[in-house]
Amino acid sequence: MVEFLTQIINGLSQGSIFALVALGYSMVYGITQLINFAHGDIIMVGAYATYVMLILAGTPLWAAILAAVLFCAIVGVVIEQVAYQRLLNKNAPRISLLITAIGVSMLLQNLFQIIFKSDAKSVSNVLPSFPIPVGPLEISSVTLITIATSVVIMVLLQLLVKKTRIGKAMRATSEDAGAAKLMGISSRNTIAFTFAVGSGLAAVGAVLYVGAYPSITPYMGSLLGLKAFVAAVLGGIGSIPGAMIGGLLIGLAESLTKAAGWSQITDAVVFGILILVLLLKPTGLLGRNVKEKV
Amino acid sequence: MAESNVMLSVKDLEVYYGSIHAIKKISFDVREGEIVTLIGANGAGKTTTLHAISGLVKARSGEISFCGSNLRAMEAHKIIRLGLAQVPEGRRIFASMTVQENLEMGAYIRSDRDKVLEDYERVFERLPRLKERRRQIAGTLSGGEQQMLAIGRALMSNPKMLLLDEPSMGLSPLLVNEIFSIIRDVNNSGVTVLLVEQNAKRALELADRAYVLETGSVSMSGLASDLAADEKVRAAYLGAG
Ligand SMILES: Nc1ncnc2c1ncn2[C@@H]1O[C@H](COP(=O)(O)OP(=O)(O)O)[C@@H](O)[C@H]1O
Ligand SMILES: [Mg+2]
Repeated sequence: MVEFLTQIINGLSQGSIFALVALGYSMVYGITQLINFAHGDIIMVGAYATYVMLILAGTPLWAAILAAVLFCAIVGVVIEQVAYQRLLNKNAPRISLLITAIGVSMLLQNLFQIIFKSDAKSVSNVLPSFPIPVGPLEISSVTLITIATSVVIMVLLQLLVKKTRIGKAMRATSEDAGAAKLMGISSRNTIAFTFAVGSGLAAVGAVLYVGAYPSITPYMGSLLGLKAFVAAVLGGIGSIPGAMIGGLLIGLAESLTKAAGWSQITDAVVFGILILVLLLKPTGLLGRNVKEKV
Repeated sequence: MAESNVMLSVKDLEVYYGSIHAIKKISFDVREGEIVTLIGANGAGKTTTLHAISGLVKARSGEISFCGSNLRAMEAHKIIRLGLAQVPEGRRIFASMTVQENLEMGAYIRSDRDKVLEDYERVFERLPRLKERRRQIAGTLSGGEQQMLAIGRALMSNPKMLLLDEPSMGLSPLLVNEIFSIIRDVNNSGVTVLLVEQNAKRALELADRAYVLETGSVSMSGLASDLAADEKVRAAYLGAG
């Protein structure tokens, strides 16, 4: 029982990282119908930003987090402006966008490989690590910090989207970009803002991920990004609460698979979930059917 | 009303969708204070014309000017700032947002908060059904209420001119009465109106002047009362022979 509960909490912790990354996929998809396959690599960018600040420059943790978030937000916006904006403006076919996204992903991986070489860099003790007794359990502080940080971030994100002017503009644009333009909302600014927020969230995910797995490579974003994408699809791509729930469920699925002693097949379980969702309910748990409009 | 100020002027407008020639050199104008209607059958090009004005589709050639500004050179989201608001075909309210949030989106461009608060009250006075449903999700409103919300949302920008695209679509005759009397009322409060309708009978009753659109061209124009009495219009659009 204790073992089982511990695995549940580990799953929630891992899942909240997936959720933070899945949000970026989902928010960007909601507004542009673009599956930004370069999003996973933003985690990698965030991890290296943390490494540069914390290890190379020796800054305190808060400064490293801030720098990673800002840097990723800027990289996200630059990618949107340079790679996607023209395609989106011209209503390019989805396949062109998808191929561009894969190209951006490869560009980022190779760029970071050139800069930092392909060997793994170690970024240990990013987050303070000690066991915390929770009832009969002993949970690592890193796990609890991850869960708590994610909860706070998601509450803030909900406030942003529900209460602020720009958040409402995001929702309006994602629901009907043409009607939003008639209200005076600039799609261009809203899309750029969405990329910035999504990439910033991925940077937070990166710091938390590095806190748990302190070894980083230029390719670390691929699998993590794909799993977060599965989480976004499971929750219903385009849906913010869906991305959160999808992330947590994928995290739980992974850790329960491990708890059952099937560690070798966790990836297969995650992608099996993707296949099941696509077969049984392609719109995901909370997805809506999108109508397309001028 | 003879030669009052032209507010919106469209000259030799041409719009293509790929190789489809949707609008073929149409010209018309709307003067300050008027209600002008653009009537025509399904597919005549009414919506395309409004979308060209509001920038949602790009014109191939021609001129569109509103209060002296060249709209063709302007991005869609900037046009509402000139005081030109559109109630789009099919209402296109933000279905997952509340009534209140939809109205807020209508006031998106405004920074005069106190005036905006007054304008909510004015909109609710004019459209009392919305007031009761302020906190309701807009997608759950009835068709008539959604149309009212679309109108209220456009009014929240405090426009000089309102473009309405088939506001009577899918509504019962009783609700059409209500919507048309709202449009009359809005016009009386000083907002110029360009009304696009398939329901020619009702549109001609309401409007001062009218243009008939046929497969992308203006086939007739004149005083609404004259067109309503015209044999050809009666035969083609008013179901009289
Ligand atoms: N997005 C589009 N792509 C291609 N053709 C279109 C599009 N929208 C409208 N059309 C065509 O343009 C013509 C005018 O359409 P529209 O402006 O919607 O007419 P109306 O509003 O008068 O019913 C029609 O022939 C229609 O099929
Ligand atoms: Mg139409």
